Amino acid sequence: MNRRESLKALGLIAAGSGVLAASSCQQEKTTADTATASDKLPGVQDFEHERNKQLQAEKFFTEHEMATITVLADIIIPQDDTSGSASEAGVPAFIEFMVKDLPENKIPMRGGLKWLDVQCQKRYGNAFINCKNEQQLGLIDEIAYPETAKPEMRQGVAFFSLMRNFTASGFFTSEMGVKDIGYAGNRPGVWNGVPPDVLQTYGFDTEAFFG
Amino acid sequence: MTDYQIKESTEVYDAIVVGSGAGGGMAGYILAHAGLKVLMLEAGPFFDPAKDALQLRWPWESPRRGASTTRPFGDFDAAFGGWQLEGEPYTTVGGTEFEWFRARMLGGRTNHWGRISLRMGPDDFQPTDGETEAWPITYEEVKPFYDRVDRMIGIYGTVEGIRNEPDGIFMKPPKPRLNELFIAKGAKKAGVPVIPGRGSVLTEASPEIKGRGTCFYCGQCGRSCKVYGDFSSSSCLVMPAMKTGNLKVIDHAMVREVLTNDEGIAIGVSYVSTTDMQEYAVKGKTVILGASACESARIMLNSKSKAHPGGVGNSSGLVGRYLHDSTGASLSGFLPQLLDRKRYNEDGVGSVHIYSPWWEDNTKLTFPRGYHIEYGGGLGMPSYGFTNWVPQVNGKVAGQNGEKKVSGGYGKDLKNDYRRFYGANVGMAGRGTALARKDNYCEIDPNRVDKFGIPVLRFHYKWANEEVAQAKHMQETFQSIMHEMGAIITSTIPGADTLYGLEAPGKIIHEGGTTRMGNDPKASVLNKWGQAHDCKNLYVVDAGPFVQQGDKNLTWTILALSMRTAEYILEEKKKLNG
Repeated sequence: MNRRESLKALGLIAAGSGVLAASSCQQEKTTADTATASDKLPGVQDFEHERNKQLQAEKFFTEHEMATITVLADIIIPQDDTSGSASEAGVPAFIEFMVKDLPENKIPMRGGLKWLDVQCQKRYGNAFINCKNEQQLGLIDEIAYPETAKPEMRQGVAFFSLMRNFTASGFFTSEMGVKDIGYAGNRPGVWNGVPPDVLQTYGFDTEAFFG
Repeated sequence: MTDYQIKESTEVYDAIVVGSGAGGGMAGYILAHAGLKVLMLEAGPFFDPAKDALQLRWPWESPRRGASTTRPFGDFDAAFGGWQLEGEPYTTVGGTEFEWFRARMLGGRTNHWGRISLRMGPDDFQPTDGETEAWPITYEEVKPFYDRVDRMIGIYGTVEGIRNEPDGIFMKPPKPRLNELFIAKGAKKAGVPVIPGRGSVLTEASPEIKGRGTCFYCGQCGRSCKVYGDFSSSSCLVMPAMKTGNLKVIDHAMVREVLTNDEGIAIGVSYVSTTDMQEYAVKGKTVILGASACESARIMLNSKSKAHPGGVGNSSGLVGRYLHDSTGASLSGFLPQLLDRKRYNEDGVGSVHIYSPWWEDNTKLTFPRGYHIEYGGGLGMPSYGFTNWVPQVNGKVAGQNGEKKVSGGYGKDLKNDYRRFYGANVGMAGRGTALARKDNYCEIDPNRVDKFGIPVLRFHYKWANEEVAQAKHMQETFQSIMHEMGAIITSTIPGADTLYGLEAPGKIIHEGGTTRMGNDPKASVLNKWGQAHDCKNLYVVDAGPFVQQGDKNLTWTILALSMRTAEYILEEKKKLNG
C-alpha cells in the first residue's frame, strides 16, 4: 500500500474530499470540552470504561468548592485576545474528574481550598469567592511565586502550584487550548523535515540532513 | 456445579506457541507459512490495531486527557497492562527491587513499543571486555536472519559502517526535528556522535511487504497503527499467519504448565481461560514459549513432574537466573533559543529520528560495555501534565520585554508563557548494558498464587557498581550535551544518593536472560538453537535465551533469533520424517 491507500484504509479520503476534512469535521463535532464517559471508544478496555462511568457519576467537590475552583482557574488562565478562559474551556469539570481519578489529590485540593478561605476570612472577613478582586489577587501574589514566597505561606504555595498545573493541563488539552497553543499535528501528512524558513531562522543548512 | 474437570482437546497440533509478541509471533508466522498446524495461546484479548488503536484521537477525547492512571504510558497508549496487574501480583525479596511490565493482549508489548530496531553487534555476541559473557553464537551467524527481518518487516536508517552498530537493509530515515538539529550540533561539540534513527516504521512502500500501509507521520506508533505502518506482532506476524489457515489463536488463555510425559517429553500445555475460569489442556508435538522472559521462566518453573522435579528445562537450576534489564537514566531541559518558536506539524514518526550509538573507549572507563542515547522534545501533542514544567522555569530567562521575573505566576502573563515555552523542551535518556548476573533472578514465591491459582514470581535484583558507574557517566554526558547546545537544565541533576537517576530494574522493559542459551547443559537452560537441553521438543523464543544483551533494544534480536529457532524446528521435523 502506498500512502494514498493508507489514508483510504483509514477512511480519511472520502469521495471528493480532502485528507484533512475528516479531522476538521471531528473537531466541529466535539463540542463538550471534557469527554463524556458514556461513549466507549474502540480499544478502551471494559474495566477502564466502567471506571470512567463510575467516576463521572460520583460528586466530590461541594458547590462552594466548585465556585472557588472556577474563580481560581480563571485567575490562572483568563480570557485574552487569543482564546477564552479556563472555565470556558471546561477546566472546573476536568479538575472534578481528576481528583476522583487520582484520589491522592483529593485532600490537597479540598484542604487547599479551605486554607484559602481561612486566610481570606482572617484578612478580609470573607470567603475567597466573596472577596474583592484586588483582595483575591493580593493573596494569590503571596502564593504564586514559590522562590520568593514567605515560609509561612508554603502550604498555600503547594496548593496553588497543584491548582495551576491542573488548570493549565485542563485548558491546553481542551479543544480551545490545543488550538491556542498552536499544535499543528495529529493528522495524516508527510514529514520532509523542518521547513526551510525555520531552518534559515536558526542558521541551519537547508540541504544537509543534520542542518 | 462443583465438578472440576480439565477440558482436553483431542487435536494434536504440530506446535503450540505460548505468547503472541515478537518471539511468539515470529515463530508462529514461520511455522504456519511452512504448513505446520500451529496453536497460539495468548493470555489477553485479541487486538487488531486497525480497529483497536486509539491513534489520531485528541487529548479531550480522554476524560483524563491522556493521564497515565490506568495505562502507564497514558490513556491512548496501546499496551493493555502495566507494571501492576489486578489479581496478578509478584513479590520481591527485601532489599532488592524489580518492576515487571506485562501487556496482556495479542501482540503483547509490540503494540506500544518505541519501534527502535537495533541489531546487536559482533562485540555484543562475543564480548572482549573480560567481564560479560559470550553467546554460543556469533553476529555472523545471526546476520542473515537480521537481514531477512529487515526485508520482511521494514526498517529505516542509514548505513554508517560502525563496527558494533551493524547496518541493515534500510528505508529512508525521517529527517530530524528542530530540537534534534540543536541536539546533534551540541552533541558533536561534546564529542558524542549522533546518527539518524533506526526504526521499524514503513517510510517507503516495499514490494516485499504486503497488506500494510506506509507511514503518514502522526508520530503515534505508541498507540499502534491502524494502517499497520509500523511493526506490531499482531498486525505483521500473527494476523498474516492466521490467513494461511494454519495458525489458530486462542485468546484469554493463561498458561499454567507445560505438560510432559513419563520420559519428560513435552506433550502440550494446560491453561485457564480468563473469561470462564475453566481449565483446558491442549496437545502439541512441539511447545514454544514466547510469553516474555519472566513469564516463560515462570511457566517452566511451575511445570514440575517426576521427570522434571525442578521444573521443565531446569535441570541446570538456572531458569530465572541471569535476569537483566537495560540501565536507564535521563535528564530534561529547554532551549532558550526556541522560545516563541514558529508552529508547524513536526509529529514525524513515532520512533526515534536520531540517536547516539555507544562511542567511548572502555579501557578509559570504570565499567564494561556502554549505552546509547535517545532524544526527545518539540511541538508534541498536548497531553496531561505537559505544561507543568513551565511555571517552574519561566523566571530563568528574560521575558518578551527583556526583563527577568520570578518563576511561577498566573494570569495573561503566565498564559502567554505556556505558549512561549511550548516546543522548547528537550530530553535525553540513556539505555545501557546491565550485566547478566547469576545472583539477579526470579523464582517461584513459595507462599503466593495469583487469582488463577498460579504460583507467582519472586524477584531478587540489585544494581551493582558497573550499572551505577554507567548512570554517572550518562549524567555527565547529558550535562555536557545540554551545555554545548545552550540548553537550561530543568530536572534536578541526580547524584550518588539516587544512583545518578538509575531507574529501578524492570523500568526500561528490556528484561531478558532467564533461560539463557549455551553449549554446556550445566551452565545454560537452552542450546544455541533455543531448545531446552533437557526437553528436546521445548523451545523458548522471547528474550529469555539472551546470554547478555547489549545496549541495543531487544526486539530486533528476538525476531531474528525466533526466526532462526523456528527454522531449526522445521529442519528437525524434516529429519524425523525423512
